[in-house]
Amino acid sequence: MNFVKNAAGRLVPTEVHGVGAFAPYRGALSRILEGNPSPSAFPKRKPEPPCRSKVAPSLKAAIEKSGLENGMTVSFHHHLRNGDKVIPLVLETLLQMGFRDLTFAPSSIPDSHDCVADYVRKGLIRRIWTSGARGEVGRMISRGEMGEMVIIRSHGGRARAIEEGSIQIDVAFLAAPACDALGNFTGCIGKSACGSLGYAITDARFARHVIAVTDNLVEYPLHPHVSVPQYLVNQVVVVDSLGDPAKIATGAARITRNPLDLKVAENAYRLLSASGILAPGCSFQVGAGGASLAVAAFVRDHMREKGIQGSFGLGGISGYMSQMLEEGLFRGLFDVQSFDSSVTGSMVRNRSHMEIDPSWYANPMNQGCLVHNLDVVILAALEVDTDFNVNVLTGNDGYLRGASGGHSDTAAGARVAIVVAPSFRGGVPTIKDRVQTIVTPGETVDAIATERGICINPRRADLWEAARKANLPIREITDLKKEVERFTGVPEPVELDTDRVVAVVEYRDGTLLDSIYRVRE
Amino acid sequence: MEIAQAGTLESADCLVTVAPAEEFGLDYRGGNRKIYGERTRKLVLETLKRFGISEVQVTIQDQGALELVIRARLETALKRATRGGMAS
Amino acid sequence: MRAMRSMLYIPGNAPGMIQNAAVFGADLIMIDLEDAVALAEKDAARDIAAGFLRHYDFGDLPVVVRINGADTPFFEADLESIVPLQPFAIRLPKCQAPSDVLLADAKMMEIEEKAGLPAGSVPIHAMLESARGIEHAYAIATACPRVRALTLGGQDLTADLGIQKTREGWEFFYARSRVVMAAKAAGIDAFDTVWTDFNDPEGLFREAKQIVELGFTGKAAIHPSQVPIIHRAFRPDEREVRKAERILAAAEEAERQGRGVVAVDGKMVDAPIIARARHLISLAGLYGMEGGEER
Repeated sequence: MNFVKNAAGRLVPTEVHGVGAFAPYRGALSRILEGNPSPSAFPKRKPEPPCRSKVAPSLKAAIEKSGLENGMTVSFHHHLRNGDKVIPLVLETLLQMGFRDLTFAPSSIPDSHDCVADYVRKGLIRRIWTSGARGEVGRMISRGEMGEMVIIRSHGGRARAIEEGSIQIDVAFLAAPACDALGNFTGCIGKSACGSLGYAITDARFARHVIAVTDNLVEYPLHPHVSVPQYLVNQVVVVDSLGDPAKIATGAARITRNPLDLKVAENAYRLLSASGILAPGCSFQVGAGGASLAVAAFVRDHMREKGIQGSFGLGGISGYMSQMLEEGLFRGLFDVQSFDSSVTGSMVRNRSHMEIDPSWYANPMNQGCLVHNLDVVILAALEVDTDFNVNVLTGNDGYLRGASGGHSDTAAGARVAIVVAPSFRGGVPTIKDRVQTIVTPGETVDAIATERGICINPRRADLWEAARKANLPIREITDLKKEVERFTGVPEPVELDTDRVVAVVEYRDGTLLDSIYRVRE
Repeated sequence: MEIAQAGTLESADCLVTVAPAEEFGLDYRGGNRKIYGERTRKLVLETLKRFGISEVQVTIQDQGALELVIRARLETALKRATRGGMAS
Repeated sequence: MRAMRSMLYIPGNAPGMIQNAAVFGADLIMIDLEDAVALAEKDAARDIAAGFLRHYDFGDLPVVVRINGADTPFFEADLESIVPLQPFAIRLPKCQAPSDVLLADAKMMEIEEKAGLPAGSVPIHAMLESARGIEHAYAIATACPRVRALTLGGQDLTADLGIQKTREGWEFFYARSRVVMAAKAAGIDAFDTVWTDFNDPEGLFREAKQIVELGFTGKAAIHPSQVPIIHRAFRPDEREVRKAERILAAAEEAERQGRGVVAVDGKMVDAPIIARARHLISLAGLYGMEGGEER
């Protein structure tokens, strides 16, 4: 296998077996700024003859009719979170029907789906193209059990790959919490309601064949909201249940009471406040948990106190963000993926809470995605390095245990991208000389907020100056690293088999950013 | 010397068990096993030397404890095992 | 002047809490080997506290260790393992009379000598938590030079008095006044007891404001979220800070001109007022209030 060193200093393969050649990462915006037209890959699709119902007699019958063959690509969305039963149901049915060597290309793999590892071992799945992997699937990949390299893409990168034809979806199996007989469907309604169906929209638009899977066949027409329109859907399959409603509709995320996370969040907020970016018309994205969501609480108080109305909230949307919309703190909320059940109602009630597809959200090669107008994004990290590169994919032990998500997309787009993380976790320092896996290049990360102070990327002299004027606890990243290592020690390197790449991390523009290696047991 | 334990399974802590044995043995478990194996072995040997004990089986279930915490838990366990008699 | 507005309690057997205690902005932290530790874990907590004092970098944050009382079997072992590590102070619980302090003092002298430390170098914060202790406040404060602070222990005191703590806290008015008075008379610091309900920040703020007005140096916190509230209570009034700045400016000017008499805003100013102004300015420095314009 041939390797080349990319602009982030990482060795990446020049080719992925069975897929083709890949260019190395050249810089966060280089491909966009080159301005070459992006290939467009609308699939050739067979027309469906006029009918009054697309309901198939069974899942098996629908699969037979879809024309799926061994070696083809199937896609799924991950909006049902850990409550999802559609992915296991479809994979099991495909296995029973004798399919082999499929490319499994879901928008992400819910944490609960350890079963995917078994479908790899049984030969049903030959390739995985997705956002990341945790649990048994991550371990299976890191142990080198797959014959083909996994391709990990960001949410924006996946939308781009689909639109450019790098991912050609043969059959999309799309869970539909409410669906009518002609295939109009949405995620906002029904016992398995999950909120936004953003990822389903792109898959439905670009798959060669679309099967909506529902447990809630409603009378025609579905109303008052349609996420995916009938003209994109070939068949409808009715099943008893899409999953476990308790795990689909997780409770509203609460602001953490962990004082450490609050301290980290407070430092991030103080930097935002000092930077002057929290002005009328600002736009904002935070993650769903821990310190990241806690920053939203500080920002909310700030906006209320100063009477600031922001422009838009973006992202994975939690109940906290939809409350901010209802309070008038944003003019609009763009929702590619709802994080908790309280959001579901908000999308139905509030016309300013808008469902978006991932291309609109984050595709770098279209004519303008939302992350490119973000002012602020707050991001989590497993580890960061002294060049501000961020890893959210591989754990301290080298195993794949995370997903790329919108991390690199939002960091590249936002004016201020702050990573929030405690300076050490589980006895292990967060700041390293070199992260094990880069998911977000340091050139797109502006600051790292920890409980022990704020490290500002030297590329952002303006932020540093604002922080200094506000008397914030600024730390040189190398100093903070040394301080923490005094009591954590320096972790010993994990033994990796650098001859064996088990997964590649594709940057959002389609270039290769890093390689993930087999872990020696 | 008898079997003794110290510590907890809370995060940032560890549970240390020491037991009489024919020779030194260390069983270091937990998520940090791969990245702190050498460090932990070294600190265990140093501590045992200070206590003048060598024939002992040490089991550490590490829940993300700092080095100083592992050392303190091991010291407590050794003192308990020897009824406080041999600490330096 | 070292700020000592807040002292954050951390249970001694909880390494996960001790390792982060330094980041919450408390002016001091106190590792507790006494009430926060179960009997069966006293030895373990002592080893953990010693481990942190020996190996951890708390920066310039002062660390106080509350040991177990002389009436327990842990007292001597606590002193033996903690004193050689030179904490900012040993908090001595349940001081009833000067003899309690003298007992600890004698033991600490021995330990200091053995460890090669200057005699009397590790201070004692004497905790008064009984009626008898409160009545002996001044005698305890002056029992030996290493007593550098009196601290009020509210929970034990309510038990000793057979009363309930009220939200208003008027039942502690006498005890608090007595502790402050004795401490000031002895020229040492005074720390107030904890506000136990950390879900009631308003109650804490009101109480903290009261104890600031009574003259306490600082107040204990049992949760990191209480620290900023206590600090807010210590924030000096903007106008007073500006006035203190004028007093100090006038005093310096008078000194330069060799005049003994200072007048500010048409009023004579004497030495205690100048001392108070200095204190206020250093306090104001903690809040970034110095050198501002009067509003």
